[in-house]
Amino acid sequence: MSVATSDLSDRTRTAENMLRIRVGILLLGLLVLPFVAPGYWIFFAGLLGINIIATQGLNIMMGYTGLLSLVHAAFVGVGAYTVAVMQARFDAPFWVTIPSAGILAAVIGLGFGLPSLRIRGLYLVIATLAAQFILHFVFVHWESVTKGDLGMTVAPASVFGFLLNTEVRVYYLILFFVIISTIFARNVINSRVGRAFIAIRERDLTAQVLGVEIVRYKFIAFALGSMYAGVAGGLLAYFNRYVNPEQFSLFLSVFFLAAVIVGGMGSILGAILGAAFMTILPEVLRGVALMIGGGFGFDLGTILTPLRETVFGILMVAFLVLEPRGLAELWNRFARRWAGKAKPSSH
Amino acid sequence: MLRVDNVQLSFGGVRALSGVSVYAAPAKITSVIGPNGAGKTSLFNVISGFYQPQAGKVVLDGEDISRLKPHARAYRGMSRTFQNIALFHGMTVLDNIKLGAHTNLKSGVLAATLRLPSTRREEAELDTVVRRDIVPVLDLAHVQDSRVEDLPYGLQKRVELARALVMRPKVLLLDEPVAGMNREEKREMARFVARVNREFGTTVLLIEHDMSMVMSISDHVYVISFGRPVAEGTPDEVRSNPKVIEAYLGGADDAPLSVA
Amino acid sequence: MSPFQLFIEYSVLGIAAGGVYALIALGIIVIFKASHMFNFAMGEMMMLSAYFFYAASVTFAFGPAIGLAIALAGSVAVALLIERVAIRPMLGRPFIAVVMVTFGVGSILRGVVGMIWGPNEMQIPAILARTPVFLGDIFVPGRTARAFAIATTIVVALIVYLRYSRAGVALRAAAADTVTAYSMGIDVRKVVAFSWVIAAITGCISGILMANVNTLTPHLGLVALNVLSVVILGGLASIGGVLVAGFIIGWLEAITVLFLPTEYREITPYILVLLVLLFRPNGLFGKPVVERI
Repeated sequence: MSVATSDLSDRTRTAENMLRIRVGILLLGLLVLPFVAPGYWIFFAGLLGINIIATQGLNIMMGYTGLLSLVHAAFVGVGAYTVAVMQARFDAPFWVTIPSAGILAAVIGLGFGLPSLRIRGLYLVIATLAAQFILHFVFVHWESVTKGDLGMTVAPASVFGFLLNTEVRVYYLILFFVIISTIFARNVINSRVGRAFIAIRERDLTAQVLGVEIVRYKFIAFALGSMYAGVAGGLLAYFNRYVNPEQFSLFLSVFFLAAVIVGGMGSILGAILGAAFMTILPEVLRGVALMIGGGFGFDLGTILTPLRETVFGILMVAFLVLEPRGLAELWNRFARRWAGKAKPSSH
Repeated sequence: MLRVDNVQLSFGGVRALSGVSVYAAPAKITSVIGPNGAGKTSLFNVISGFYQPQAGKVVLDGEDISRLKPHARAYRGMSRTFQNIALFHGMTVLDNIKLGAHTNLKSGVLAATLRLPSTRREEAELDTVVRRDIVPVLDLAHVQDSRVEDLPYGLQKRVELARALVMRPKVLLLDEPVAGMNREEKREMARFVARVNREFGTTVLLIEHDMSMVMSISDHVYVISFGRPVAEGTPDEVRSNPKVIEAYLGGADDAPLSVA
Repeated sequence: MSPFQLFIEYSVLGIAAGGVYALIALGIIVIFKASHMFNFAMGEMMMLSAYFFYAASVTFAFGPAIGLAIALAGSVAVALLIERVAIRPMLGRPFIAVVMVTFGVGSILRGVVGMIWGPNEMQIPAILARTPVFLGDIFVPGRTARAFAIATTIVVALIVYLRYSRAGVALRAAAADTVTAYSMGIDVRKVVAFSWVIAAITGCISGILMANVNTLTPHLGLVALNVLSVVILGGLASIGGVLVAGFIIGWLEAITVLFLPTEYREITPYILVLLVLLFRPNGLFGKPVVERI
């Protein structure tokens, strides 16, 4: 028995070291990316980073705890507006505005969550839908604070006077937050809190008899997910340098929903893959729309949005019905097969 | 250890339990049996705290817990399995078992997110305890890293049992632990329940409608039918009680499973 | 006009709208009763039906009567297709997954309609006469009044049908206890398909009615979100309560227009939903559901 145990821990240690090496290489690659890749890629990478953070948040809520939320875009908006307003009024630096963005989003999340997290899951969805519209309305009509449809411009973030006014510089800021948000997500998942989340998603009753106070942990999951959205929103403000209500519509909520589904619910890798897929998709669709539009003479502008909606819908339905574990599962399967081929059989 | 006093439970006009009392003595295996629909699961749900009885109380280790919510009862040392397998898909066997430690661990969200040293220590200790103390007793070493959904039924039931033990419960409630098993699997499960009781001294209260498994491992047996108590006593006393035989309509010809 | 008269007029308008809301809500509730599934694509199904009607009666110039028939047939076909391809494979899957599928379906419908017909408003042939109706001194726009009449009639007819017909009884049986229903010879799958057919019909008619009262755009489906509060207030699984709930919500919406600045009109339905969730999550007669464990 003792031989088997040490054998096992040896194997897990080597597996962990392999993982660490791979992650290290990835990190290195991400750090030098701006020096080797064309400018357009860096813009994408920045946007991708923001989407990853937001998707991680929704994944914690939805993928792990099973709370379906349609208000995610509005929380991103809350984060973005927090940054814009704090900067405009108090000239606050990013290391104040971004945490504030996260905290305010979490607080508002809790506010909506209070009535809705105690009742059945379906009602939570409906409540978040209502919340999304109401918050969007606030963005548009609370003009004294948000300047409504005009939008607000955002000055670049600055680090000790060093202005992050190029895509490359903002990229590093975003990269920093992507790294820590992923680490935090991983830490939560691998802890007692994360296990409680999964228990709630799977079987309410069993979770309770194991000591998990359902409502409390639902709150935690919801607040945590909203905080991630808020941080993503804050970064978006520094990225776009412009905030306006149109950016935070129901369409964006569905975007993140699709990202979680396509990537694979309940998987950190899934959140990353899903965000990546959904970020690249509009570009691919633009190319397709160009081809179709050119070929059939449709107006490109009018066909792009409905085309995107159709494709989002098809992706959601297809992945839910056919591969609910998402791209993460496909990735793992591929990696396992590849690993199986690379190593001689060790059985 | 666990006493249920004169519980009355009704749903609308339907009487589920009428004056049922049960006592699970410390470190002993107590069973509640009865035909289908007798009210056994309702009894367990009252003990767990999912149903509030119209009358009666539940006392655990001297403390009246009748007003406590289900999750709070876990913190008092009550553990339970369910009739249907309630394992968590997408997690390995080990992770499922670790979930049983929720009440033992202390890390909150902040500690967990930042992976503070206290959290790291807790997790490492838990890992050791589960691998060293729980997994061997239930013979799960060979599957501890598998996904639970890939395991056969009997093994899944054992994983559930393992999970219920991690908190070192004062009382372990087993809800029809051998439901859906064949004769061989039932013998095995009975063996494991007995082993758990022996090695950890856990007080066990189980409900079953399969007489044979119950008779072979129980120290004390209660029989209920249509929500009413019918008889109680040692397995031999109960087996030969005419009222019990009548309640089961001839179920007494189940030979007891022999457990070494 | 005195404030009182204004109040009455708005109340009437609200209740009239409520009749149509009840019809839309009925479609959602019937599916929920049959399969415990919330169809978030209801609005888009309505919208698609209205476009079918437009295509049949205007583009292909079949006229309103045949247009209606074609729209009904098309709606039922699409509903059955959705049920077969997207919903049935999800049997046994967790609730939120099934709900998300309906979101996906809704997205697809909206996108396809947008691609084919474009985003612009269109007029469908007036099947409702415009001549206003007068209740004493009170002016009710013709279309609204007729839409109300048609919608309420159909709702009542369906409530009666579902209560007394064999199909309706089967539906309620399957809703109450699937296993027992099976053992009594009820094919639950057929019941589920049947519920989608009913939803398709109510969706089609309410879609055409709404397109008549307003205009035809791909965003017509958004009105289904107004209906969420009606569904909840009516008590999710109660068919009888839906009409009263519809009237109440319609009335509340109309009245708040009087008291709040005009821009609040668009979010009144959502505030109402939150209020209903807060105060009456179990419906008007508020009996909390006791779950058997």
